[in-house]
Amino acid sequence: MENIAGQKSSLGIVTHVATFLLVLIWIIPTLGLFVTSMRDQDAISQTGWWRALQGSPQTYVLSAPVDDQVQDGDLWVVELNVFEGASAEELPEDIMDRSAVASFGTSRLRGPSTDPGETAEGRGDLMVTVQSNGDLRATSPERFDGPLVLPMALVAPPQLTTENYSEVLTDMNAEERAQARDQGATLTDMLFSDEALFGPFINTLTVSIPATVIPIIIAAFAAYALAWMDFPGRGLLIAIVVGLLVVPLQLAFVPLTIIHSWFGIEKSFLGIWLAHTGFGLPLAVYLLRNYMVGLPRDIIECAKVDGATDFEIFLKIVLPLSFPALASFAIFQFLWTWNDLLVASVFLPSDTESTVMTRFVVTNLLGSRGGEWHILAAAAFVMIAVPLVVFFTMQRYLVRGLLAGSVK
Amino acid sequence: MFDSVLFTGIVTIIVGVGGMFAYFWLSNMFLDKVLFPASGPNIGRNINRATAIRPWLFLFPAIFALGLYLVVPVGYSAWLSVTSGVAEDGGWYRNYSEIFQNRTFRVALLNNLLWVLVVPAGATFFGLVAAQLTDQLSWGNIAKSLIFMPMAISFVGASLIWSFVYHPSIDIGVINAIRGLFGAEEGVTLIDGQIFDSFLLMVVLIWIQTGFAMVILSAALRGVPEETVEAAIIDGANPFQIFFKIKVPQIKGTIVVVWTTITILVLKVYDIVAAMGSQYRNLEILPTQMMQYFDSGNYGFATAISVVIMVLVLPVMVWNIRQARAEMR
Repeated sequence: MENIAGQKSSLGIVTHVATFLLVLIWIIPTLGLFVTSMRDQDAISQTGWWRALQGSPQTYVLSAPVDDQVQDGDLWVVELNVFEGASAEELPEDIMDRSAVASFGTSRLRGPSTDPGETAEGRGDLMVTVQSNGDLRATSPERFDGPLVLPMALVAPPQLTTENYSEVLTDMNAEERAQARDQGATLTDMLFSDEALFGPFINTLTVSIPATVIPIIIAAFAAYALAWMDFPGRGLLIAIVVGLLVVPLQLAFVPLTIIHSWFGIEKSFLGIWLAHTGFGLPLAVYLLRNYMVGLPRDIIECAKVDGATDFEIFLKIVLPLSFPALASFAIFQFLWTWNDLLVASVFLPSDTESTVMTRFVVTNLLGSRGGEWHILAAAAFVMIAVPLVVFFTMQRYLVRGLLAGSVK
Repeated sequence: MFDSVLFTGIVTIIVGVGGMFAYFWLSNMFLDKVLFPASGPNIGRNINRATAIRPWLFLFPAIFALGLYLVVPVGYSAWLSVTSGVAEDGGWYRNYSEIFQNRTFRVALLNNLLWVLVVPAGATFFGLVAAQLTDQLSWGNIAKSLIFMPMAISFVGASLIWSFVYHPSIDIGVINAIRGLFGAEEGVTLIDGQIFDSFLLMVVLIWIQTGFAMVILSAALRGVPEETVEAAIIDGANPFQIFFKIKVPQIKGTIVVVWTTITILVLKVYDIVAAMGSQYRNLEILPTQMMQYFDSGNYGFATAISVVIMVLVLPVMVWNIRQARAEMR
């Protein structure tokens, strides 16, 4: 048995490493876009997102004063720190906060080509050494007669910004927003402007909440009847519900467009609420019936003996006890309706006033701004944020629902 | 405008929810107090009749909605596919024969079959591996959560996430950056309409569905009796043998359920191709084809394609129903 125990512990490390790698592969794509959504537009095209925390080097030309030069043997020596004193005055504030020299040089033409800590040679036996913290030592056989002009690549601190989110939600960049504000536009005006993502965000909410609530009630009553009432044809009905679980939605598009047009609700919110209700019902009835059938028979029979009607039993006993199943379905349906593109393409008009986020991203953003990743990344995370919050807070019910639906 | 949309939404919830409860309450009242009151000379007969009718009161809204939004459309679509469009003045089969003569349709059909083969296999495989790995670890639940997370992300969001991974620039896309590590000088365009680019889109769906497979298979793995594993250890089986020869055969049923559930999903998937490869004909699948004909108002072809999708789903549907019936007995 010792042998087996030994095998286990060596395998244990492999398991840890393998799981870690798997998780890494699974979250890197999301992480990449998330980091990108908070980076400056220029930074995105210059360096990979995995370098975002390192900051990106930018080249500046510094002029270091030579007032403090001293003679040391044959050489004239200047020692100073480039981030202090006169040479620092030309640098932008944000460089000063987390200053580091990535490379430097002695000639503007050749640019910053020497690594910090090493020595660069210049005209007239000029020798310059710069440390990454900015300490500079320059020596020359002749007296320095003007400031040293040195190109330097300085690492800007990582710039994480929420500007992309503001831009995508209002469809205006910082300048345009300032202008609009000067012209008297309020925040509401900007959020509801024509090409802004905020409108589709509200529309998505408007589609998904009624489309989640309504099928739950219809399905709960039906599930109760299928679980606890005896009537001819019950088995057949359950079989039909199971069959309908897998019917492709595509079959319903043309007929429903025609049927909806009879009532004048094609391409309308009412139409999409009804469509989502119909499409969500099989899963709702199936999940809820499976759960309700497992409730203890005693409770329900006792209530019947005490003279409770079916309606009372359903409302006061079965419905409260079925909360976990109701929650599972609610999460499924909410995620499904929030994330849906297909049903929205068929049942909602495509104008920005009533379109949902998924459709807005695919038709408006991917088409016209396909290369602008600062916009696309921020839009993606506006779209993903709500489902992620629901997911992480209600994961327990989601898992339970999945298990009830598939494992017996 | 937006305020009024939100307002309509709230009113709909109130009217919808209130209306449903009012319907159930009033119809039950009507049944018990007016139609068949539990009093008077026929009390026994009345109670029996009320009991016979009540289930249908409970079921009516669901049956009505399911009928109108799923059952009727299936029949109606099938009918339209043999009567509308080119079928109007040719044979009933004209819509079908014409779409099958279209090269793009055949490519879409082939792609769909590839999706159906690759995605369920990939997601089930990774799900099984993830389930087995995470079940043994103290931080397994966190790992599970993170692998499961893509389930919450919309297909469109996932498409954006992966388009960025596939970005053609060596400084932006992760895949190209990895090629850079191995000495590549310049990035390549990964998705440019080659037929095998479909596999890159399939990766997105595998990435999303692995969490689903993992959750269900993990529950099944935990149900495998300890004794069988212990017996195998004593007989000197190594961990791989234990996994593939002891555990996997015992959860075969669940693996089939996971596989078929993902297969159904794959047949309906539209968003990923619409978001990532809509400009390339070689990447099309049946649902994107169907939507093109739908948008251009060619209902004959659109319904014909949707019926083709239905036919592909049919075996799974029959199998599901038989499973459910077997369980109820």
